[in-house]
Amino acid sequence: MRKYLKVISFLTLAFFLCMTHAGAKGMIQIKGSDTLINLVQRLSEVYMDKNPGKYIAVTGGGSGTGIAALMNGKCDIADASRNMKPKEITRANARGITPKRVVIALDGLSVIVNENNPVDRLTMDKIGKIFRGEITNWSEVGGDNKPISLYGRQSNSGTFVLFRDMVLKGDYSPRMKRMNGNSQIVDSVKYDETGIGYVGVGYVKEAEGITVLQVASREGASYASPLNTEDVKTGRYPISRPLNQYVNGTPSGAVRDFIAFELSPEGQAIVEEEGFFRIPKEYVEFNRKNAGI
Amino acid sequence: MDRKTKHVNVKEKIIHGLFFLNGLLVVFVLLGIFALLAFTSIPAFKEISLKQFLFTSDWNPTSYVKETYGIGAMLVSTVMVTAGALLFSVPIGIGTAAYLSDVASPGAREIIKPVIEILAGIPSVVIGFLGIVFVGPVISKTFGLPNGLNAVNGSILLGVMALPTIISLSEDALNSVSRTYSEASLALGATRWQTVIRVKIPAALSGVLAACMLGMGRAIGETMTVLMATGCAPAMPRSFLDSVRTMTSTIAIELGEVPYYTTHYYALFAVGLVLFIITFCVNMTSDMILHKYQGKRG
Repeated sequence: MRKYLKVISFLTLAFFLCMTHAGAKGMIQIKGSDTLINLVQRLSEVYMDKNPGKYIAVTGGGSGTGIAALMNGKCDIADASRNMKPKEITRANARGITPKRVVIALDGLSVIVNENNPVDRLTMDKIGKIFRGEITNWSEVGGDNKPISLYGRQSNSGTFVLFRDMVLKGDYSPRMKRMNGNSQIVDSVKYDETGIGYVGVGYVKEAEGITVLQVASREGASYASPLNTEDVKTGRYPISRPLNQYVNGTPSGAVRDFIAFELSPEGQAIVEEEGFFRIPKEYVEFNRKNAGI
Repeated sequence: MDRKTKHVNVKEKIIHGLFFLNGLLVVFVLLGIFALLAFTSIPAFKEISLKQFLFTSDWNPTSYVKETYGIGAMLVSTVMVTAGALLFSVPIGIGTAAYLSDVASPGAREIIKPVIEILAGIPSVVIGFLGIVFVGPVISKTFGLPNGLNAVNGSILLGVMALPTIISLSEDALNSVSRTYSEASLALGATRWQTVIRVKIPAALSGVLAACMLGMGRAIGETMTVLMATGCAPAMPRSFLDSVRTMTSTIAIELGEVPYYTTHYYALFAVGLVLFIITFCVNMTSDMILHKYQGKRG
């Protein structure tokens, strides 16, 4: 019995030593967007391999969750696939937190349908009407006479908010099914011939059984695909967005070091490998001005 | 010698006191939870009228146009999913309990009882996962639906989760029915089956009812499974084949993103309070039924 006690107390001690060790060396807590989680996880793994002794913990939960955690002082970097709302910034300021935004990648939001659906292109306006629940049958947009079933994200997702603000400019139909993540939407649409959903481009590059819709900004404008890198970078594809990280104040120390790595050519190469797009010049400039990186 | 007895007495008293404090602690935790929910809910009603909260069905606190706080649709969803779960877990549960207590051979009982206990230990997230990859597709094929994430799916999963509670407690109730009852029934020429159905279950009825109520309490409060398997569309469900969003999943989805100390935050606590009151009533009722039954036998 004594022996076991010794072993246990030793292990406990070792555990706490490890914890304080990690804390002292500047463990970085990153929390937020589920769209960004795979990318940031990859980036942090490569970074930790290159810098032994640095620790980064990446967790998801949605952009709203990350931003709330930053406001409540529970993380160092908040991943956000949308911009912070003015309300949120005021609220953060009231708590003595100055959120600084860094853009680390560009994402196209793709609208997907089942591969057996004859519809392969829509205008922003039509997509908005479909998700607001004003168009409820595929025949109204040139498809078969079948009711449309909608798949979206839950309200704590940045994608949910961004798609609503960019495309719907109104509320989602209450009949839209709220799925737990991008992959669940892809899977459901693959299975459902009448389904339509929206997901990050990173999730559709290799997916089978679905059609990625071409989208035009308005009636008469040219259609562009999010699978075409040039279309996204030039903004011809209308539903693209910057992927952000928010930090408290101008970043310094370990946090700054990691963000600098993300923005380096090596980090940006990982961004492309993960199915997103490198940040164009204007955002490089933005990061330098806004956060000094 | 005298000293030793004294020593033992003191020890006894300390242990007695410690356990008393333990009991007291549980009571305080419960009261604390209730107080926390109640006090955090109150500010919500500065901006929302109680009538709007309870009797309208649109819940959209992060709306693009206008925030609405009506729990009607999720209240109906919770009731639907729970009722659906009971609809199939009660007959199966009581049937299994009857089989275990009266019909099963000792060998079969040895195998089935531990299996049921294992079923009780499966994490809800695993059951939810089964709902997505297995039950969902089966439902969509059976009913010719585009998708199997709906109230039926949630009901089936919750029913499975409530089964172990219902079976174990019903079986206890059946086993505690006096042997003289079944012996008299058998002596009058009734079959084993008739004895169980006509004599033992009526005699143990309050225990069986309490078991079902406790199973119901389990189903109402379950979160992860329904969050994963019911599609979570916030609209008022029109049938069991519609997607539903229960009170528990709404809290689980939104509490993580909500800025603290806002109307939305307080409203979520109010939803929690309603849920607490419902489960509290269910448990109270089952407790009362159980007491009545114990009193009668004693």
